[in-house]
Amino acid sequence: MNNINDTLIPKIGVITDVRIDTPDIKTFRVVTPDGKKAFDHKPGQCAMLSVPGVGEAMFSITSSPTNEEFMEFSIKKCGCVTDWLHQAEPGQQITIRGPYGKPFPVDDVFAGKDLLFIAGGVGLAPLRSVINYCRHYRDRYGKIDIVYGSRSKDDLLDYKEIIEEWATDDGVNVHLTIDNPQEGWDGHVGFVPTYVKELGFDTNKVAVLCGPPIMIKFTLDGLCEIGFDKTNVYTTLELRMKCGVGKCGRCNVGAKYVCKDGPVFRCDELEELPSEY
Amino acid sequence: MRKCSLEKINLLFKEIAKNAELYLPQDQTDGSAAYKKWEEGSVWSNALNTVRSPKDFFFPQTEDLMAFKTEGKNIEVIDTRKALDDFVIFGVRACDVKSFDILDRVFLSEPVDSFYALRRSHGVIISLACSKPSETCFCKTFGINPAEPTGDISAWKTETDIFFESNTQKGKELLEKLSALTEECDDTAVVDQKAKIDAIMQKLPLKDLKTDAFGGGKTGELFNAPEWDELSEACLGCGTCTFVCPTCQCYDIKDFNTGNGVIRFRCWDSCMYSDFTKMAHGNNRLTQKERFRQRFMHKLVYYPENNDGLFSCVGCGRCLVKCPISMNIVKVMKKIGGKKGE
Repeated sequence: MNNINDTLIPKIGVITDVRIDTPDIKTFRVVTPDGKKAFDHKPGQCAMLSVPGVGEAMFSITSSPTNEEFMEFSIKKCGCVTDWLHQAEPGQQITIRGPYGKPFPVDDVFAGKDLLFIAGGVGLAPLRSVINYCRHYRDRYGKIDIVYGSRSKDDLLDYKEIIEEWATDDGVNVHLTIDNPQEGWDGHVGFVPTYVKELGFDTNKVAVLCGPPIMIKFTLDGLCEIGFDKTNVYTTLELRMKCGVGKCGRCNVGAKYVCKDGPVFRCDELEELPSEY
Repeated sequence: MRKCSLEKINLLFKEIAKNAELYLPQDQTDGSAAYKKWEEGSVWSNALNTVRSPKDFFFPQTEDLMAFKTEGKNIEVIDTRKALDDFVIFGVRACDVKSFDILDRVFLSEPVDSFYALRRSHGVIISLACSKPSETCFCKTFGINPAEPTGDISAWKTETDIFFESNTQKGKELLEKLSALTEECDDTAVVDQKAKIDAIMQKLPLKDLKTDAFGGGKTGELFNAPEWDELSEACLGCGTCTFVCPTCQCYDIKDFNTGNGVIRFRCWDSCMYSDFTKMAHGNNRLTQKERFRQRFMHKLVYYPENNDGLFSCVGCGRCLVKCPISMNIVKVMKKIGGKKGE
């Protein structure tokens, strides 16, 4: 029966590098056993990773599709599969299948526009893929602003990359914030939604939001207050998934399945759905 | 159309079983009926319907998806799928046959579920007209005619004979193999039976149940209906309705450690369960009301929205019989839908 493919049957992935980002987030580099990328993806798409005997879970692919060597996943330790992954060492094999979901419309809607990325905590993980894609094809996009906040300085994901690569790019502005004052931090202090309002961006941009549900809600309200139209604001959702292809029946919000109709949604489309996410 | 005398029915079963596994409803010791494999001496049940729907044939309650062998840091994925024998399901009611269409739209849409597709390609369905629809039946509400069952072969049973007509190539081939035991006939007896069934349908208590208030695009109108509170109040969240339902298709994927490897299997799940949507960081359906609403909104609004208006209920009535608190889709439709007519 080996000749029939089925999306539920995964490939083997090898963890080749584990980077400690924050006290509870690690970034895992994954390739196939012969050292290749497991599959191609688009910014915003996800993959199912599993540890046989422990379980399978959906993660956003944090590396950019333009990275042709490997995939990266920034994973917060918060459940069975993630606990297990956090104790894994390079060389460990896992399983991987995908890509799943609808990506960000980087090649049409985003083209030629000024972009505003807003992330909270581990919410930067799915946005890193888009941000690096847009940085790679820099001339296709206008000005890029990135607002990123976390609980503390130590909880900022990809800090080194943000400071050394993103912040030094032409036409890319990075605005970091942490929730409470901290020794050794001379940057902004305060929550993301308030910071976004303080920064008061031009409203002709496309905004992309990701973070805890409460942050998304207040930031979206804030963006609307300063004049953004919901048709120009995108976000990406996360719900429990088993299949990844709209069949197991659990990640729906109304008639939409987050795994196949999402995870990327435009905020005006999201507003049409029941508030069950 | 061909017919076979009921006196020869066991010979017919024997002939079918020569080339394929034959399953048909058989009486159980508790008085209910269940699909069981036919063997010499098996008796075909006269029961109206089986407690469990025949969805098991294509979407079993549990099935292995694959296995893993782990050694140190290495993992091997083992394809555990086996070749399947052809099988025949005999005596499927019109409502249950329709449920296969509903499941097909989920499992056979891209990307095709190969586990389901394999079973589907090996199964031949002989459906049987429902000669005695009962008071819990409401298939007509969903456009199903119990006297005109679909499937690969349609059958009608009278006092003395059973009549067959093939609808598909698979059905035609099977009927040809049974030609020695059947004879060509006209449809007088069948037409007569259809009229009788129709007469019963006119008298059923649920004959006027309407779907007008439901369908794709009604989420905004129905999601926040105040009636959900009262309807879901006594729901125990036992999931019985989803397990007996021929169209409920939600599943879970789990790993089982055999001590010598890992088997990844799929099993039925239920949106009525509190951990169905529970994630590491929370649960987006915290109350039974939300879970209850999900089940009925899915059948009556979300599924039709994604499937050209087709409802994900066939009116088989199993949930009406089995729910421990006597809540069911009919009550939901009357309560939520009734509001519209006021």
